[in-house]
Amino acid sequence: MYKYDTYDQAMVDARVEEFRDQVRRRLEGHITEDQFKPLRLMNGLYLQLHAYMLRVAIPYGTLSSAQMRMLGDIADKYDRGYGHFTTRQNIQYNWIKLEDAPDILADLASVEMHAIQTSGNCIRNTTSDQYAGAAADEVVDPRPYAELIRQWSTFHPEFSFLPRKFKMAVIASDIDRAAMKLHDIGIQIVKNEAGEIGAAFYVGGGMGRTPMIAPCINPFVPIDQFITYSEACLRVYNRHGRRDNKYKARIKILVHELGKDEYTRQVEEEFAHLLTQNIEPPLAELERIKAMFADPPFETGLSDELDRSDPDFALWVDNNCLAHKQPGYIAATISLKPVGGIPGDATGEQIRLMGDLAKQYSFDELRVTHAQNIVLPHVKKADLYALWQVLDANGLGTANLDLVGDIIACPGLDYCSLANARSIPVAQKISQRLAGQAQQIGELKLKISGCINACGHHHAGHIGILGVDKKGVENYQLLLGGCEGADTSLGQITGPGFDEDGIVDAVEKATSFYLSQRQDGERFLDTYRRIGMPAFKEAIYG
Amino acid sequence: MAEVQFRFRGDEPVADPAVTVDSFGEQSNASAVRLEPGDDARDLLPHLDRLQLIEVNFPVFGDGRGYSAARILREAGYDGELRAVGEVLVDQIAFMRRCGFDAFAPEVPLDPADAEAAFARYDHVYQPTTDGRAPIWNLRHG
Amino acid sequence: MKILTGNDLKTGAVTWWDGVQWSLHVEDAVDVGEHADTILAREQAARRVNAAYAIDAIKDEAGVRPAHIKDRIRALGPTVRPDLTLKPADPAAGDWVI
Repeated sequence: MYKYDTYDQAMVDARVEEFRDQVRRRLEGHITEDQFKPLRLMNGLYLQLHAYMLRVAIPYGTLSSAQMRMLGDIADKYDRGYGHFTTRQNIQYNWIKLEDAPDILADLASVEMHAIQTSGNCIRNTTSDQYAGAAADEVVDPRPYAELIRQWSTFHPEFSFLPRKFKMAVIASDIDRAAMKLHDIGIQIVKNEAGEIGAAFYVGGGMGRTPMIAPCINPFVPIDQFITYSEACLRVYNRHGRRDNKYKARIKILVHELGKDEYTRQVEEEFAHLLTQNIEPPLAELERIKAMFADPPFETGLSDELDRSDPDFALWVDNNCLAHKQPGYIAATISLKPVGGIPGDATGEQIRLMGDLAKQYSFDELRVTHAQNIVLPHVKKADLYALWQVLDANGLGTANLDLVGDIIACPGLDYCSLANARSIPVAQKISQRLAGQAQQIGELKLKISGCINACGHHHAGHIGILGVDKKGVENYQLLLGGCEGADTSLGQITGPGFDEDGIVDAVEKATSFYLSQRQDGERFLDTYRRIGMPAFKEAIYG
Repeated sequence: MAEVQFRFRGDEPVADPAVTVDSFGEQSNASAVRLEPGDDARDLLPHLDRLQLIEVNFPVFGDGRGYSAARILREAGYDGELRAVGEVLVDQIAFMRRCGFDAFAPEVPLDPADAEAAFARYDHVYQPTTDGRAPIWNLRHG
Repeated sequence: MKILTGNDLKTGAVTWWDGVQWSLHVEDAVDVGEHADTILAREQAARRVNAAYAIDAIKDEAGVRPAHIKDRIRALGPTVRPDLTLKPADPAAGDWVI
């Protein structure tokens, strides 16, 4: 894992003092809320429905045990005993006091963490593949490249007042587990025929009210130029992105309006200029970072055998664990989606427990996934049963990864001031209603957003649900056919919306219809793609 | 017109009023120009040798186009005064300084102590710009 | 009726204008009639409230009820965590927001 040196540490420490000073100026009345708002947002502090909310950055979703324990301690010390893991691999606390916020940032800085740029019109926390460093199919570990982006984007003097927020994701395998093409910039680290490492740039994707899949604007930027190329992409956006309408200010609109070719031409022109400015970090810096992401000291010669005699354990292994590149090891996902629970929430105690388990069983490492779960990336198969028993005893052993109960849901109108409808109660009811059939239904990614901003990724759900405000009453639209993987597609709205009970019924009609129509080996998405919307629509509304 | 509150240059300030980019094109003797967010800084590049002052206006602090304009001018070798005007707030001036601004004329004068603290807040920086500060990347690797 | 709501600047807690000060309880909210802007300007300038605004509400035998569901959820707390609402002992409290 990446470790701060004195420079990195001084940077976050200075930020804590800066924010302490900004909070002081606000509390003493030297600055107005209008002036303070962008400052607190750049430290991840929102004013939400019930209180201030603090969003803490978890760069590329990677955490150490000590960091995870600190997240649990903050939940207990400053919040109401829980935190919420988000679709951007971060954690949010819902009940923060403004006067405590500087102390929280100081506590975070003590474990090399921060809330820098987790909101605001700047480059946000960079996300990545939750199985990075463990997956058998990756070209390289994508996280060193994401870390380089983290440093480059931190307090970037030119790009802190962009037209709108800016999200980047980095992956390094053909299977996309980070929804890379639905980001402002998605980077896939690739190897060319000569064996050289480079970066494929996908620019202008996103969800929100105008969902778009990012086109590839350059399939191979040499790795010793990819920061410069990113700078060129951002500069063209900062200069020409729309600022007249916040709903048209994301880079996807610029790329769409200019056309991919013209945007690319402008980026290449800026890139040629910036190459003369020597802004690329030295390759030695990438090597320094890479060394910190070297494989942990795996044991060799281990058996791949598992004792599957406990059927509950066997089910959990089949559903929640992924093959590891190292024989004898496995990547285990801890579901934060208990049946009827709140997706992504964990208590302070659970968070600390997961931190301790990482120390004991996973080389001191955890990952947050964009599906709001936690991964222990490097578990010895021989330890897996013992691990599962502890998880199961603490409400963390739900065997439902990628099943219908593994729902992504934004906080919705229960917490969020932007929301139009509640998301969590819908998720709870669906997971309860379909819990008995989940195994039979198989892989089904269900995603719920409480407003058009799409924090719950509803466009990318095999089944997506969008909450809207219909004359002051919550109403839910149903979408089918979205997907975030290498074959990214956007869901289509089925038709008229439903009330809360109606949407649960509609989802069940869709899954029942799928079960009646599926052919051998088909997932929900495959059946939908084969037979299409009209048949599903008939089953849902007919 | 707001006063220049902070200036990091030894030369005498230009007395000429800054003209708009449009009228600058028509006045071959003007030595001071004012860039608005929608203006293209690159239009000025052929004329840098006769420019002594470029004002970059921030009508609202959230419009960050002026940061790119400043860097483009500095990257092209402009070494005259680069002045930030308009809604220039204490929490933006360090970024501006990094992008090449060396004079600040905030619409509402800043608290001098807060501004001094803001300019001095960060001992090191990650990104290279034309401000001459060595990025952390270089410090790490000599 | 028009009532005023906002958040406490320091704690972020949801508050309601009761005619004298800011209360945690929506049932204390009073009708401000035409005076919303005056009160909001004064109270925000004094930093006794943050991000405050005026909303429509009705008053009946059950108390003050904000017109929009968002403000009813603000008044009660998250419906999915009854234990963290202002009425943790009342399991049916969430029904009030709908």
